[in-house]
Amino acid sequence: MIHELICIRCPLGCGLKVDVDEKSREVLSVAGNSCPLGLEYGKNEVISPMRTVTSTVTLSGGECPLVPVKTAHEVPKARIGAVMEEIVKAAAKAPVKIGDVIIKNVAGTGVDVIATRNIKAGKANELG
Amino acid sequence: MKPQSRYNIVIIGGGPAGLAAAVAAKKAGEESILIIEREAELGGILNQCIHNGFGLHTFGEELTGPEYAQKYIDMVENEGIEYVLSTTVINIDGNKTITAVSRENGLMQIDAKAIVLAMGCRERPRGSLRIPGFNPAGIFSAGTAQKLVNIDGYMPGRTVVILGSGDIGLIMARRMTLEGANVKLVAELMPFSGGLNRNIVQCLNDYNIPLKLSHTVVDIDGKERLRGITLAQVDENLRPIAGTEEYVECDTLLLSVGLIPENELSKQIGVELSGKTNGPLVNERLETNVGGVFACGNVLHVHDLVDYVSEEAEAAGRNAAEYAAGRAGDSRQNEIDIVPEGMVRYTVPVRIDLERADEKTVVRFRVADKIPGGVIHASVEKNGERKEILRRKKRILAPGEMEQILLKKEDILGAERIIISAGTSAGISAGTDEKAGATK
Ligand SMILES: Cc1cc2nc3c(=O)[nH]c(=O)nc-3n(C[C@H](O)[C@H](O)[C@H](O)COP(=O)(O)OP(=O)(O)OC[C@H]3O[C@@H](n4cnc5c(N)ncnc54)[C@H](O)[C@@H]3O)c2cc1C
Ligand code: SF4
Repeated sequence: MIHELICIRCPLGCGLKVDVDEKSREVLSVAGNSCPLGLEYGKNEVISPMRTVTSTVTLSGGECPLVPVKTAHEVPKARIGAVMEEIVKAAAKAPVKIGDVIIKNVAGTGVDVIATRNIKAGKANELG
Repeated sequence: MKPQSRYNIVIIGGGPAGLAAAVAAKKAGEESILIIEREAELGGILNQCIHNGFGLHTFGEELTGPEYAQKYIDMVENEGIEYVLSTTVINIDGNKTITAVSRENGLMQIDAKAIVLAMGCRERPRGSLRIPGFNPAGIFSAGTAQKLVNIDGYMPGRTVVILGSGDIGLIMARRMTLEGANVKLVAELMPFSGGLNRNIVQCLNDYNIPLKLSHTVVDIDGKERLRGITLAQVDENLRPIAGTEEYVECDTLLLSVGLIPENELSKQIGVELSGKTNGPLVNERLETNVGGVFACGNVLHVHDLVDYVSEEAEAAGRNAAEYAAGRAGDSRQNEIDIVPEGMVRYTVPVRIDLERADEKTVVRFRVADKIPGGVIHASVEKNGERKEILRRKKRILAPGEMEQILLKKEDILGAERIIISAGTSAGISAGTDEKAGATK
């Protein structure tokens, strides 16, 4: 099957056509790329697309009511929904520091969700 | 903290530009520095940009906004640079006396030898859009929505239409979707998006959010709360085409229609602004027409890459330190113009003193349109004759991507004018010359 996508490795944004054998999940061909980076991007993006997920987690006892978080590494794109489900349910306590693990092994991906901002203990308008 | 009444350098704004300027001034030997920030935290707009994609150039890794800001906040703390928070500068006068207010200290007057303007930019408001209809609740600028969702933890609504496909709009499309909202579509007036491909792919395509190019909002429905909008296609003159109207139910409309540098203070001291960027016109020291007043970051021209903000601000900070130490003169006599031509819309700086300039001077600019296989030229004019001093091929030049070139002192000595232009060049094959990887 042919997948159509835009290469994002440079601002040119070549339109790629990636032909994949659906049974073996092997890339048969990549067309439309103007350089080798597009070839690599096209293959990876169709076979195993990965994303970093960023969001916020409810924080208690802090100067802010939320702490921003990210997955410490990329996770499979198909797992974003599952990752978000756990992030929405999670809660953290201030103080937090950049890099603190907020959720271990999120949604069984083997990747931790970590804090991306330092927030001191304090009083904020906490969420009801 | 209560600030003193006099500093050698006062920096207005504690975003990435102000922070980098302060650190660079300190490293250049200046001890007497104050940063004044309106918000309760340092870091500026980065605090609400919780997505990743910052700092690839500077730190070789993709950081989120708050992480990038923290690196510079740490430097400011380690250098022992003074700052005041929750303090707004309301006036600057011709003697470089700054008037600021805060709840803690009331009204303050602070004298400075040199000032660095680093106030960032604000979003274009709805008024400038002229959408008819009432003004119901539920219409937000994308940046305001970003602050509500990411800092305050408040969801502006459940069914969302976004007008404008700038990066903030795209990022908010994904963010609101992840938080459970139904983002129905992003409408863009132009036939192309002003946002990065990466954001179109990862913020819209990943979540099957349609991008309607050449479309705009022509009507707003709802008195108390937004109930829906009417969308219409536009022709090549950007006028709505009759008969293409389509009603879309939504309780929230986000506007992502551009940023304008925040220069009310700059105007008060007589800083000349550019009609193209709405930021100050500066020389190669990033100094405005008012001696000792420097500008950097989004207040100077809107940046899309924070790494360039930091770089530019470091130069402004160093130059402010030189000025405050009395090592830089006030003379403007030997400055010549840097002139944009062809597809180049503007340049920063617009003037350069050839004697005073460093061995290399960075010139940043944007082009007016997409130019695949574009070429950048720099030339000098001497005795009415023009000579090319630099030519660079690019895979593509685009309005959304700030470009920069380096002018070498040896190339420009003796010039009467420097011209920066861009255009297409037949016979140049795309991508033979520039390495890819300009992702952000
Ligand atoms: C939504 C969004 C997404 C972005 N995404 C990316 C990205 O993915 N990657 C990337 O590299 N770049 C990104 N950028 C660009 C980058 O973040 C900005 O270019 C950069 O933050 C600009 O820095 P600044 O210091 O000039 O302005 P700001 O960060 O706006 O800081 C200005 C500061 O000045 C203060 N101030 C203003 N007026 C006064 C006053 N009168 N008195 C006292 N203080 C004052 C403000 O409170 C503010 O803190 C994004 C920008 C936005 C808005
Ligand atoms: S294929 Fe190469 S030239 Fe085309 S967008 Fe990707 S990186 Fe750029």
